[in-house]
Amino acid sequence: MSEDKINNRENVTKSPKTLLNVSNISISFFQYSKGLKKIVLHVVKELYLDVGEGEIVAVLGSSGSGKSLLAHAILGILPGNSLLEGEMKYNGKILDQKLKEELRGDEIALIPQSVDFLDPLMKIGDQIIGDVTDDKKEGKKREMTKIFKNYNLREDIADLYPFQLSGGMTRRVLFSTSMIINPKLVVADEPTPGLDEKPIEETLNYLKTMANEGRGIILITHDIQTAVKVADKVVIFYSGYVIEVNRTENFSGNGNKLLHPYTRALYKALPQNGFKLFEGSQPMNMDKEDKCIYYDRCRQSIEKCSHSNPDLVEIDGMKVRCYVVEKSYEI
Amino acid sequence: MFMAELKANNISFKYNGTNEWILKDLSISLKDSQVKGLIGESGGGKSTLCKILAGYEDYFEGEVKIDDLNTNSSKINPVQLIFQHPEKTMNPKWKMKRSLDESWEVSDDILEKFGIKENWLNRWSNELSGGELQKFSIIRALNPKTKFLIADEITTMLDAVTQVQIWKLLLSIAKKRKIGILVVSHDKELVHEVCDEIAHLNDINHV
Repeated sequence: MSEDKINNRENVTKSPKTLLNVSNISISFFQYSKGLKKIVLHVVKELYLDVGEGEIVAVLGSSGSGKSLLAHAILGILPGNSLLEGEMKYNGKILDQKLKEELRGDEIALIPQSVDFLDPLMKIGDQIIGDVTDDKKEGKKREMTKIFKNYNLREDIADLYPFQLSGGMTRRVLFSTSMIINPKLVVADEPTPGLDEKPIEETLNYLKTMANEGRGIILITHDIQTAVKVADKVVIFYSGYVIEVNRTENFSGNGNKLLHPYTRALYKALPQNGFKLFEGSQPMNMDKEDKCIYYDRCRQSIEKCSHSNPDLVEIDGMKVRCYVVEKSYEI
Repeated sequence: MFMAELKANNISFKYNGTNEWILKDLSISLKDSQVKGLIGESGGGKSTLCKILAGYEDYFEGEVKIDDLNTNSSKINPVQLIFQHPEKTMNPKWKMKRSLDESWEVSDDILEKFGIKENWLNRWSNELSGGELQKFSIIRALNPKTKFLIADEITTMLDAVTQVQIWKLLLSIAKKRKIGILVVSHDKELVHEVCDEIAHLNDINHV
């Protein structure tokens, strides 16, 4: 399918019904250093995110930015030494650990990024159908046959083991495992890295189809090009903070409609947009917000940036965490 | 001045017990200071070729040799492979300093160029991000005896900003030390950006 078709998503209404609402989430980890000295690492801070029915929200960030932790927080699978603060709502109901456990594998599905998530010793069919009682098995089997057809998989691969599948088939199997539960919210964690053009398009088309069926999709990726091809909006993570929420169409031309300097740097670093070098690396585990998280790398900072971290503010339906942008919009 | 060249002649490879050739009569060469791109579909045998070139695969037909008048019988393989997933190549029970020391005594100058902060050396590999870890695995491969680098999708998992940082730095070091690089990637735009010459696997693999 051509790129135009991917972008041309008609079913997206302007204000879809909110499915997931993440409000001021923070995630920290406890670690023990020398002796029994306990240290707290703050890895995600003040995270806001809304996903509506039929909407694809791309969460874009480099590794270490905290974007995968968001997925784990939604599914309730953060490790034991972590602390989750803030509020999440699913369909208007508070999404606490109990509700997460009820909904995951039912209304909320995860599409993991790699083959490693399949059990190597279990046949594909059994993994897709999952642990169900005998009376439900037949129904699930029929459902699986239907899903296999949609994903262009032969019926007999149900009897194969993961190692007998090619990379492309495995990816379609991973999508099948999430679709058999008929979820309302799908979290896809890096479904495309290392793929060629064709399989990337195939994968993105699956996501688009899911959204057109009314499902909300969170697409977690570090690949700006992937994000821009299917998403309705793009949320950019940096050092555990959301620094920008922008409309997909603004990732075009010379990138002038992008707001945050880091987002522009990402865009201009693409080989086709100049392969421009930006120095520095993302700070990890910021404990003191006595300056903007991007201050050390920023080329346009003003005095204020050196002693306080900006809030995420709304501008024309977009969001940004930058004093310089605020100033230019006279907020 | 001696010129060194890495040559793979008539390489054929299939997995033990199968009859399907992954690589057949494939020849490729890489001169020092040369940056050559290799593109091809996934599943086409790119990574297998990388392993053969770097000496990780013993059972194949054909030969891999290095024409170098300067050859000495060093324990270090002059052909070093850098992988896509650095986290799979670091010993999780070693701190980063030990992982580097295993290869060579890295100069402060290099660490600074790669933006590696001193306290990172005392971290475990799971305490670093993918981009930071990849910088470590590149430095580790840059042993002074290294003549050729095989870069197998080394920035595929990284964000665009880190990708530029790594490539610009790697290219400048390779130029100075006359290291040849084989850039294996599915990203055509990237390969066109960083390479002097590009080979298509389909054209050289006679399966």
